[in-house]
Amino acid sequence: MNQEASNSTSSLLEKDVVDNPDFVTVGTITADDAAMTCRNVDVHYGDKQAIYNVSVDIGRNEVIAMIGPSGCGKSTFLRCLNRMNDTIDICRVSGDIRLEGEDIYDRAMDIVLLRARVGMVFQKPNPFPKSVYDNVAYGVRLHGLTKTRAELDEVVEKSLKKAGLWNEVSDRLDKPGTGLSGGQQQRLCIARAIAISPEVILMDEPCSALDPIATAKIEELIDELREQYSIAIVTHSMQQAARVSQRTAYFHLGKLVEVGPTDDIFTKPTHGLTEGYITGRFG
Amino acid sequence: MSTSRQLVQKTLGKRYARERRFRWYGALSILVGILFLGFLLVTTVSNGYKAFVQTYVQIDVDLSAAQFGGEITPESIAAANFDGIIKDSLRNAFPEVSGRTDRRALYGLVSNGAQYDLREMLLEDPSLAGGVTPVWLLADDEVDVFMKGRIDRNEPEANRRLKDNAIGWIDQWVDEGRVEKRFNEPFFTNGDSREPEQAGIFGAIMGSFFTIAVCMLLAFPIGVAAAIYLQEFAPKNRITDIIEVNINNLAAVPSIIFGLLGLAIFLNAFGLPRSVPLVGGMVLSLMTLPTIIISSRAALAAVPPSIREAALGVGASPIQTVLHHVLPLAMPGMLTGSIIGLAQALGETAPLLVIGMVAFIVDVPTSPLDPGTALPVQIYLWSDSPERAFVERTSAAIMVLLMFLVAINGFIVLLRKKLERRW
Repeated sequence: MNQEASNSTSSLLEKDVVDNPDFVTVGTITADDAAMTCRNVDVHYGDKQAIYNVSVDIGRNEVIAMIGPSGCGKSTFLRCLNRMNDTIDICRVSGDIRLEGEDIYDRAMDIVLLRARVGMVFQKPNPFPKSVYDNVAYGVRLHGLTKTRAELDEVVEKSLKKAGLWNEVSDRLDKPGTGLSGGQQQRLCIARAIAISPEVILMDEPCSALDPIATAKIEELIDELREQYSIAIVTHSMQQAARVSQRTAYFHLGKLVEVGPTDDIFTKPTHGLTEGYITGRFG
Repeated sequence: MSTSRQLVQKTLGKRYARERRFRWYGALSILVGILFLGFLLVTTVSNGYKAFVQTYVQIDVDLSAAQFGGEITPESIAAANFDGIIKDSLRNAFPEVSGRTDRRALYGLVSNGAQYDLREMLLEDPSLAGGVTPVWLLADDEVDVFMKGRIDRNEPEANRRLKDNAIGWIDQWVDEGRVEKRFNEPFFTNGDSREPEQAGIFGAIMGSFFTIAVCMLLAFPIGVAAAIYLQEFAPKNRITDIIEVNINNLAAVPSIIFGLLGLAIFLNAFGLPRSVPLVGGMVLSLMTLPTIIISSRAALAAVPPSIREAALGVGASPIQTVLHHVLPLAMPGMLTGSIIGLAQALGETAPLLVIGMVAFIVDVPTSPLDPGTALPVQIYLWSDSPERAFVERTSAAIMVLLMFLVAINGFIVLLRKKLERRW
């Protein structure tokens, strides 16, 4: 296929998705056992619409990867799931997002409780400028999850072990968390997130600032964490999506083009845009 | 052959020359700054250092029991006429002096505060009384000025405050070793006085201290709270825009206007007393607030958003996010802003004039509710006084003010260092 032809095909396909107000996501949006359900989610930044009518489930004890070209709204969508977008004044979210059946945008939903139940790991490792111990213990203390110092110690140790960091930092728990290497910092952030035992963990490109070895460690970790948590991960790396996720969602210019089991998306994508992206023809 | 390489090479000489030129401009400006600062310091110190010593004269004072009504008790000492005692002693020292004018000139050689010092001395140590005792007494400011070489004896007598006969008596005392320059303790322990030799800076120091304390206690918490609200919580809309513009404007409003505002509100509307450091502090805090708010907001804005996200992400409420994470990181920057505000407030004169802190107050204030004055106002007052001895006192007061500034800045820099986290 020559370059021009492929370009025109993809632009035709793009037109079909972008200009079609009635576009419906291809594939299966539901999960067998959903921890979170999102239906008809729209997000506006001021006058600009960033997310169009996205419906998808976050399955229990599975990893869903969100991929797509830059600016496609995958991070924006992820941040709707723990209402992180509330911090942006001009951002409006509409639609229905439920965590275990509870509407998280309902007035009755407490945002502090929501964020305790839906943890988040960010693109850039962002440990607090405190000790390793305090980084992990902060959320636990905040929510009063432990009564005694011994219990707290235990939670910190367990979380660091789960994050695969214990062996590296057990002798320097009182040293600043920001003194660790990039990969260690990111695992510290994961430990901080899992210390408060969330139900869902959101990861926004957790490996984009890390080298391949650190990335491999985190990916391994994500796979282990799946046994206990439901995970939604945004990534730029299709290989990473293929390695860590069970389901994959492909976003394009604010629309969810296709969702399906990761194996299907990467071997026999239904929509032409998805195929174009994963085969590297554009994006 | 690469042409771009040649083109670049051609411009290089010009570019380096410009760079050198700019470096020179920078160095030159610094040099000019240092020169001016040095000039200020040299003139101040050379004018003022002599104010730290004060001339005393030794006089044989007749403290026999007869002066105290026959019996020396604390009561009789307290009731005694020390002014008369000192005048008698001076007459005894120069028995040849006669005539009212000459006698008055003789009495004028000793400070008219000396009688109180003498009473204090005796009350403390009654054993001094009982005979003729040599006592060191505070000399008059003209004697002090003469002893410090600021009166030229070759000047025509009519142009001198100190006449020939007085210079003669002083010379005689000097020959007898009865004149001495001592550390000027009164300068650091007294309040203001009309007599330069009794005028001290302590009243102004305490006034400034209370004023600044009130100012800081009000301005820092209010300023930081306002900055946190505006930066972290307030919605971005027209009203907050207007508030922001107005705060920036307030920072540039002349300080005298804050003084007039304080006069209208604190004194006239609230009925607070005049001339008190409490009101001075309140007025200065109005003036300092914009500076603190602006710099605190800048410090808050400089805290990386990733820290906020991290805290919110683990479920901290917005207030917890600010108090636990943002504020500690912003605190060094906020303190820097406060130093600037505080230094401004410490050096401010105009608003204090308006609310009456320019009054002549002899007593040293012991609370923010006692009438007082402030260091810069004291400097203004002394610089306006005709007595020559006030010239050096003005410079000395400037030195004290500078020391105060250095001490406060040093303290806050230390505090900042302590709070600054380098991880």
